[in-house]
Amino acid sequence: MKQKNNALVIAVSAVVLGLLAGAILMALIGSNPFEGYTYLFKGGLMSVERIGNSIATAITLILTGLSVAFAFKTGLFNIGAAGQMLIGGLCATMVALTVTAPRPILLLLILLAGFAGGAVWGAIPGYLKARFNVHEVVATIMMNWIAYWIVYYVVPAYFKGAYLETESRLIPVEASLKTSWLDSLFNGSYINIGIFVAILAVIIIQIILKKTTLGFELKAVGYNRDAAEYAGIKVNRNVILSMVIAGSLAGLAGATFYTGYASNIQIGVMPNQGFDGIAVALLGATEPWGVFVSALFFGLLHSGKGFMNAMTSIPPEISDTIIATIIYFTATSVLIGRVWSFLAKKRKRKEQEKVIDQTPTDASLEEDK
Amino acid sequence: MEYVVEMLNIRKEFPGVVANDNVTLQVKPQEIHALLGENGAGKSTLMSILFGLYHADKGSVKVKGKEVNITDPNIANELGIGMVHQHFQLVHNFTVTENIIMGNEGGFVLNVKSASRKIQELSERYKLSIDPNAKIEDISVGMQQRVEILKMLYRDADVLIFDEPTAVLTPQEIHELMGIMKNLVKEGKSIILITHKLKEIKEIAERCTVIRRGKYIGTVDVANTTQQEMASMMVGREVSFKVDKDPGKPEELVLDIKNLTVLNSRKFEALKNFSINVRRGEIVGLAGVEGNGQTELVEAVTGLRDIVSGEITIHGEDITHLSRRKRNELGIAHIPEDRQKHGLVLEFTVGENLILKSYYQEPLSKHGFLNQDKIKEHTERVVEVFDVRSGQGIYSPASGLSGGNQQKAIVGREIDMDPDLLIAVQPTRGLDVGAIEYIHKRLVEQRDNGKAVLLVSLELDEIFNLSDRIVVINSGEMIDVVKTEDTNEDEVGLMMAGIKRGEGR
Amino acid sequence: MNIWQIISQIFPYAIILTMPLLITALGGLFSERSGVVNIGLEGLMVVGFFASAIVVKGLENIFPTAAIPIGLLAGVVAGALFSLLHAFASINLNANQIISGTAINMMAGALTVYLARTITGSGNIAIRIGVIRHTIPVLSKIPIIGPLFFTQTYWTTWIILLIVLVSWFLLYKTSFGLRLRACGEHPSSAASSGVNVYKMRYIGVMISGAFAGLGGSLILVTYSGEFNGTVAGLGFLSLAALIFGQWKPLGVLGATFFFGFAMTIANVSQVVPELAVIPPLILKVFPYVVTLLALVLFSKSSQAPKAVGQPYYPGQG
Repeated sequence: MKQKNNALVIAVSAVVLGLLAGAILMALIGSNPFEGYTYLFKGGLMSVERIGNSIATAITLILTGLSVAFAFKTGLFNIGAAGQMLIGGLCATMVALTVTAPRPILLLLILLAGFAGGAVWGAIPGYLKARFNVHEVVATIMMNWIAYWIVYYVVPAYFKGAYLETESRLIPVEASLKTSWLDSLFNGSYINIGIFVAILAVIIIQIILKKTTLGFELKAVGYNRDAAEYAGIKVNRNVILSMVIAGSLAGLAGATFYTGYASNIQIGVMPNQGFDGIAVALLGATEPWGVFVSALFFGLLHSGKGFMNAMTSIPPEISDTIIATIIYFTATSVLIGRVWSFLAKKRKRKEQEKVIDQTPTDASLEEDK
Repeated sequence: MEYVVEMLNIRKEFPGVVANDNVTLQVKPQEIHALLGENGAGKSTLMSILFGLYHADKGSVKVKGKEVNITDPNIANELGIGMVHQHFQLVHNFTVTENIIMGNEGGFVLNVKSASRKIQELSERYKLSIDPNAKIEDISVGMQQRVEILKMLYRDADVLIFDEPTAVLTPQEIHELMGIMKNLVKEGKSIILITHKLKEIKEIAERCTVIRRGKYIGTVDVANTTQQEMASMMVGREVSFKVDKDPGKPEELVLDIKNLTVLNSRKFEALKNFSINVRRGEIVGLAGVEGNGQTELVEAVTGLRDIVSGEITIHGEDITHLSRRKRNELGIAHIPEDRQKHGLVLEFTVGENLILKSYYQEPLSKHGFLNQDKIKEHTERVVEVFDVRSGQGIYSPASGLSGGNQQKAIVGREIDMDPDLLIAVQPTRGLDVGAIEYIHKRLVEQRDNGKAVLLVSLELDEIFNLSDRIVVINSGEMIDVVKTEDTNEDEVGLMMAGIKRGEGR
Repeated sequence: MNIWQIISQIFPYAIILTMPLLITALGGLFSERSGVVNIGLEGLMVVGFFASAIVVKGLENIFPTAAIPIGLLAGVVAGALFSLLHAFASINLNANQIISGTAINMMAGALTVYLARTITGSGNIAIRIGVIRHTIPVLSKIPIIGPLFFTQTYWTTWIILLIVLVSWFLLYKTSFGLRLRACGEHPSSAASSGVNVYKMRYIGVMISGAFAGLGGSLILVTYSGEFNGTVAGLGFLSLAALIFGQWKPLGVLGATFFFGFAMTIANVSQVVPELAVIPPLILKVFPYVVTLLALVLFSKSSQAPKAVGQPYYPGQG
């Protein structure tokens, strides 16, 4: 229990500090922080449509956040969520553009394609790590750029958009994850059924981590590879499996983004959501429900920044800056922990002093040496 | 000047523990002064304060009569204090010379040639043979220790602190070291020897200061004090060195290893045609200096390492192709050498650690889902039976347990598996006497219950105390196998150095 | 066109791409040799990129000749200062160095564009002229090396190469270098020899910030001409070059030249008929795939500093 409270305190403190940093930046360029934040949050929540947009932005972040958090829990740094998103998104888009089938089956195939593409893209660095102990940070970063260039050349070659060379054809309406009843619920925002996929993913990952033997093994390997090996757990298999699952989650993120939020895929863009996923995971203390909540928060920040920029001319990059600052403070959470415990000790000492003043001293309490 | 170094009324606290509580240590010039205490008593902390790595909360330090404030190792060096660490503080891919001059290079630009020359002179003067241009990772443990000593002499140290120097040496190398220390004293140095080995204290020290649980117990004249007396000062009660045990009644073969050859991680032969066997109802002790193939032997039996050739059978069944998990299921239990590296997942709770090998079996889990109730039942029982003490029972994170309780948890997990073969490697390393006694009792109990126990230990005392038979390993070869009652430590010491029984001394 | 003509044509472009990589990777070398992993090199380059852009833009009309050198200096200083964030988190707070580095990247990317927008609205800052290229009089006449190395060169290139040489000397022939390397291999050993591990690591990280900042500034004044908020993964590529070069200055020199060439070939392949036959995708992903292969090949014998990435707690040992 104590650990959960600790994580919450750290998360909240990091957010507060991040928002504070944002406020300072706003003031620095001569804007009013209160105004800035009001428009920022209004921009994300002011209307049903805007709420829908915030949720829609959050969908991708939930999934990339889960991807990073899951890998983290099992001892791996998945910096490659962006590349996994691209490949998953590419596969999903390809299915959307080429397959005809009744809508429910088509959507399922699209999601499956995203899942599979991301899984493969995660398996490669997983294998390199398991077999050759290649550090997954550099490996996944390389994979990001390979994915980037694959999309850059494959899309114009086979799926070129009707108007622009730099994006793919629009996917047909039947293939989009957007649905009419969600559209009418949220007044036509970007929201799509990806939200259900995301929530389902959160639940499944939570179950895997807490209640299954698979989760137990993956955590053991992640925390202490040597001890896991000693205990008879197959380390290599689990490292690969972990990256496959992480990759497939990011691949799903790609599917929900490129065939849900958007209706095509653009080339020459490295999806930021991959890196934001790291922030989401860290703020959520790498716990599935924590990821869910922090993704919603970040979705809100991203959604509202356009409105804020329109109303106050504060550059929209403030959102990214705030997010980056929040991660910095979660990384340095030790500092936050120390500050809190320092304050707690100070308070305790004051109380103790009060008690000492009131207690008569007993000279006979000398310890026997 | 009465004393060359004085540490008076030292107090040092860490969060949650008082490491040194009003400790006083006074060392006379040109004496070898032993600092005796159990693991965790506070000896290393005290010396780290003297050496400038820690700062005392209260108390004072005097060197040659003058009060000083030692804030970092540089100042300690300037005052003539040097330390030979228990875990060598050497950079593995630097040369001997580079390690010795580090921090004391004598200028911005390095002059390795003149430094090498100076070091060569020093090594000849103090009879510490080394090769100045060799890389640390390529030289022997004995030579590495001499490099540590030379490092101090290079800085004109007068007071040399030796922290558990004999832990990694053969009995012969220990003799050599004793000679080196006596020589250093003759050349005018004073030595503080941190150790928990009473025999060595008797052999070489003049006076001995005893610390127990951070508190100063007393200083004695070694010549006039028995090992027994020093031991009870160290532990606080009467200590029996021998374990009460009936003679063993070994039955059929459980573990049979024939002509085993195994490569180590550097592709050298760590085991060469090695053979050993263990029967039901006996404890076989494998004696040898660290790094002679014991690790690879245990890894080969438990499945952590592949073999080149040879046979390993359990109850006659060849296990060399079985996975680690299958070997666990076959009844091989393993108390590993490094409890924090291999034995436990520190981030897991005690309960989770106790099911580390069995979580996938029914009734603890079914169809891939863990059964938390059954797990709770099972692990609480183990914790109770094996007296594993922790803050929150089975929910305590393993990292919060003391070394002794961590080890008890591991022992509990392994013994509870009801194994046919129990392999215990360094089972009491770093533990206090109470925990050591407990684990020794349990091992003998297993043997009396008809289990086969293979004990691998670097402490000859432990081997002699517990084993029915002793097998000696050196450079991967089986030197000899003897019944414990038929031999003594000196003989075994020679064997550990590679000399077979009966060959010339 | 024969091979020789192709090479001599693309050589100057390769050098331009190589130099920022080289200096940044060298910075990474100092940081990792001292024991601190710094994947924030990408962000530090962006910071240098930004700082030099505003300084050069501000000065280019008033002090045209001094603008660029001062701009480069600004990049160095900005990078060094920004790296203090990473240093403080990793060294004093023993934070997870990968996370801290990632935070630096994100902060640099966002913060610089944020500030740039307040200056120019679009977030891009353009400068008028970059470094002027010169042909060195006598040396350029030497057959073979003359046209390659001494024709139309940037004076910044020579400074970078000088820095590489000085770094090599510093690392292996001075007491500073000995102590720095010890901090990365076995910090408690360094500490018990009286070396201040914290100080050394701070120096290592700040050098990496300074050099990466210089790398970003180089991009501005040699081939980009305009700050646009990103260095397109060059910071990460220099990390790969560091590993490829096995943490040695000369190894890094070779690795970054290799990458510079590979990227240049990819960029000009459409224009050079002999190269245009290779599918552009292959050329573009070539450096990254090769890095992965190199990582696999070097995995057994990796010369990574033994204690890199591990937080240092005094008293351990």
